[in-house]
Amino acid sequence: MPSETPKSKKEKKSFWEILFLPNEKKLKHTNRYMFLVCLFMVLLFFSMIGYMIRFQLVDSQAIITNPYNQRTENLKKQIIRGDILSADGDVLAKTEIDEEGNETRVYPYDEIFAHVVGFSTHGKGGLESAYNYELLTSHTDIMTQLGNGISSKKNPGDDLVTTLDPTLQERAYEALDDYQGAIVAIEPSTGKIRAMVSKPVFNPNDLEEIWADIVNDDSSSVLLNRCTQGLYPPGSTYKVITALEYILEHAQSYEDFRYTCEGKTVVDSVKIKCYEDTEHGKENLTEAFENSCNTAFVTIGSALDRKKYISLNDAFLFNQKIPGDLSVAKSRFDITMKSDKSSLPQTVIGQGNTLMSPLHNALVMCMIANDGVMMKPMLVDKIQSKDGVTVKRFDPKSIARLEEEDIDSVKAVQQMLRKVVTDGTGHALQDDDYTVAGKTGSAENEKEGAHSWFAGYSNVEDPDLVVCVIAENAGAGSKVAAPIAKEIFDAYYEEGLDKKY
Amino acid sequence: MLHFISTSSNYLLMFMCAIYALSCFTVFLPSKESRQIRRMDRQEGFVYIFQIICFLVLTLHTKDPKVIALCVGQLIYFKLMITIYGHFYTDCSRILMNHTCFLLSVGFVMLARLSLEKAIKQFAIVVVASMLCLIFPIFVKKAFWLKKLRWLYGLAGLIFLATVFIIGTTKNGSTNWISLGPLALQPSEFVKISFIFFIAATLANPPKIRTMWITILFGALHVLILVLERDLGGAFLYFVLFVFMCFVATGRLIYPLGGLVCGSGAAFLAYKLFSHVQARVLAWSDPWSIIEGKGYQITQSLFAIGTGGWFGMGLTQGRPTDIPVVDSDFIFSAISEELGMVFAICILFVYIGIFVHFITIAMDVKDKFYKLLAFGFSICFLFQVFLTVGGVTKFIPSTGVTLPLISYGGSSVCSTLIIFAIMQGIFMIAYETKEEYDEEEETAESMGSVDRIAIGDSEE
Repeated sequence: MPSETPKSKKEKKSFWEILFLPNEKKLKHTNRYMFLVCLFMVLLFFSMIGYMIRFQLVDSQAIITNPYNQRTENLKKQIIRGDILSADGDVLAKTEIDEEGNETRVYPYDEIFAHVVGFSTHGKGGLESAYNYELLTSHTDIMTQLGNGISSKKNPGDDLVTTLDPTLQERAYEALDDYQGAIVAIEPSTGKIRAMVSKPVFNPNDLEEIWADIVNDDSSSVLLNRCTQGLYPPGSTYKVITALEYILEHAQSYEDFRYTCEGKTVVDSVKIKCYEDTEHGKENLTEAFENSCNTAFVTIGSALDRKKYISLNDAFLFNQKIPGDLSVAKSRFDITMKSDKSSLPQTVIGQGNTLMSPLHNALVMCMIANDGVMMKPMLVDKIQSKDGVTVKRFDPKSIARLEEEDIDSVKAVQQMLRKVVTDGTGHALQDDDYTVAGKTGSAENEKEGAHSWFAGYSNVEDPDLVVCVIAENAGAGSKVAAPIAKEIFDAYYEEGLDKKY
Repeated sequence: MLHFISTSSNYLLMFMCAIYALSCFTVFLPSKESRQIRRMDRQEGFVYIFQIICFLVLTLHTKDPKVIALCVGQLIYFKLMITIYGHFYTDCSRILMNHTCFLLSVGFVMLARLSLEKAIKQFAIVVVASMLCLIFPIFVKKAFWLKKLRWLYGLAGLIFLATVFIIGTTKNGSTNWISLGPLALQPSEFVKISFIFFIAATLANPPKIRTMWITILFGALHVLILVLERDLGGAFLYFVLFVFMCFVATGRLIYPLGGLVCGSGAAFLAYKLFSHVQARVLAWSDPWSIIEGKGYQITQSLFAIGTGGWFGMGLTQGRPTDIPVVDSDFIFSAISEELGMVFAICILFVYIGIFVHFITIAMDVKDKFYKLLAFGFSICFLFQVFLTVGGVTKFIPSTGVTLPLISYGGSSVCSTLIIFAIMQGIFMIAYETKEEYDEEEETAESMGSVDRIAIGDSEE
């Protein structure tokens, strides 16, 4: 063997042998290769364990609250469901226990908070559903828990402190009267929702008796929270976005815009007329906005830079999931680079295929009022244990914002919105004690009578509250929705809520 | 009160499991043998205490005397196994015995909680299998001709695997079972042992290129049959085993690299061709969209793990039975739900501890055949854990593989017990040769001038 030189051995080796077979040196290092594979396997395991830890820390919260998770039902055996409280501590939902230990969920405000607070029997809805797990988790002090555990008593679940104001909610509820529709009131600077009303309503205390009727009646969809799940054509309230896009594109020259309204026009072979065929005559951009003049706006719309227009709608979260405590139906905006030109005229005046939820429309107004920053809509301020210790506090955070250089254009829109109230369709909101800016809308739909819209904010210098109202098939926004919004602003300042929070 | 006992005992169990997992790595730290033995005794004690606490909770919950009987039976079994091994195989790995008992104990507890009937059945299988396995260590140690069978392993394995095409039955979407009267067997669980033997035997001596080609062909055939049986987890496991064993035996990077390329290509092709592969991938990438269909199982598993949280719902306090096939493929989710994720992660560390122990044996044994054999079993064991746990936590697509020694399933637990018994045999070989070597070295020194080359030659 030693007589053969290593060289001659190597020469015999074919390409495949070099590729697939070991040489002398490699045969000696088996342990080293084993160590490498071992290292790889252990790393694989550590990455899996890291993934599991991340799952438990980050993802599990969202997963636990999934309605398909039946495990929370087990928590009921150990925990008394916590209360849901208003921003000032009023009880909106609580669990009462009789002498025999039977638990009943009680809603002291009956139907007033029906949709937003929700219900916990017959399936779940509203905050009762979204925070089911938290309400069935106890963070009360450890000694009490220990005592309860030993004596087989249930522990008290944590309480939910909401951002809702009972007075404002009650007044909003009354203001909407017998209309079907929705009202949302939000603080634009924080995104805190102070009132959320949807009609028609149900009384969550009587769910047992009325459940069969509610389920069988599919015409009015009583259980639907119209604020978040209702999708409506925005009508003229959408002109806020069209106007903003026009001003962004013509920052220097938008004030020179002139148009003569004849009540109707044809743009890109689409016939457009103003509401109730009104002829607005000669007008500039602000006047066209005040009058909510359709013909002027389709003329503006047909000349918009489509790419920028689409990206502005993206910035306002159309076609996107809006984060928050309750799930919000995605608003619909159909224009793409490929859409036919004839779909544009209807879209720029908020008709056509565009659909929005009232909450989203309120958030658009918040974004304008808050100088281009949209805050996450908040319904829950904090979760606290039964002894009042804060378990978790939710902080306001922004979810969308416009470019810094666009803020001047936003301010121009703010001024136009103010003009709508002082000189235009929003005159019902004139008041000596506070200032309002906003936009009305009368959205055509498949049924008789336009949906009556108003979206606007009070205290134009430093906006306090955004109110968005929709009354289904109620007629002109200026005649129905605007006066309803007025009652909510009145309540807000009469009760001094601007100072309270 | 029951709930209180159940949840508070959870903290104790978690704490114990953490200490046990730590001990897997620290048991060899003391240099003195007596202290090592003391640590091993403590480990053994832990197993008993763990078993007793868990069954106490279960008994309080079910109030069924059968549960107590089962617990006592299992305790006797553990003690008996450890004693028998200790007496007959004085140089066997004590720590491996402890780990076997600990994992079996976790499995027994979970099965008794999920279904008493299945727990009893599983226990019976384990007892019979352990008795039969008693012969393996000495067999492996004495039967030097094992390494000469080579192609026989490959052929026998292929034939056994292929029997499912003739007398196979379908379970959970895979046709990888055969029925022999009342017995249902999963051939792939046993063939993986012969597969490892096959690769170790053919590659123990530096192979010729023709041998290598045929080995690769045999490996590919094994994997192909498993794919046709729709046993994707099995196919993946065999594939990884083959790649890593060839790499270690030859040191050529072509195996892991080529394996990666071929593997991804084959996986892509399978995804395009088979709807059941697509379903598995969809159930992994977005189970929430098909929560009422194919995504049901994995979402239920995630609910279980998520709701259980770090510290668990407490034994008997969760709803693990909401998960389909919870007692075999998804038992890890049940453990995580009721005993907590901390406990579950500790179990993973116990598995890693066993793996490291196996690898140490592989490194210490001198003979290349046993070295490759031990290495193959280490990879086979740990990778199977990875496939199961990764599958139920949605880290990788679920492939329907059992958790060794814990999951319900006769074939699975038998094959794992066989692997452990063979590892005991290899452990003894490694230990013995080392001792002999040391002795010979001593005699060599005392004799003064006998050169060591002689010893080296005899080993080659």
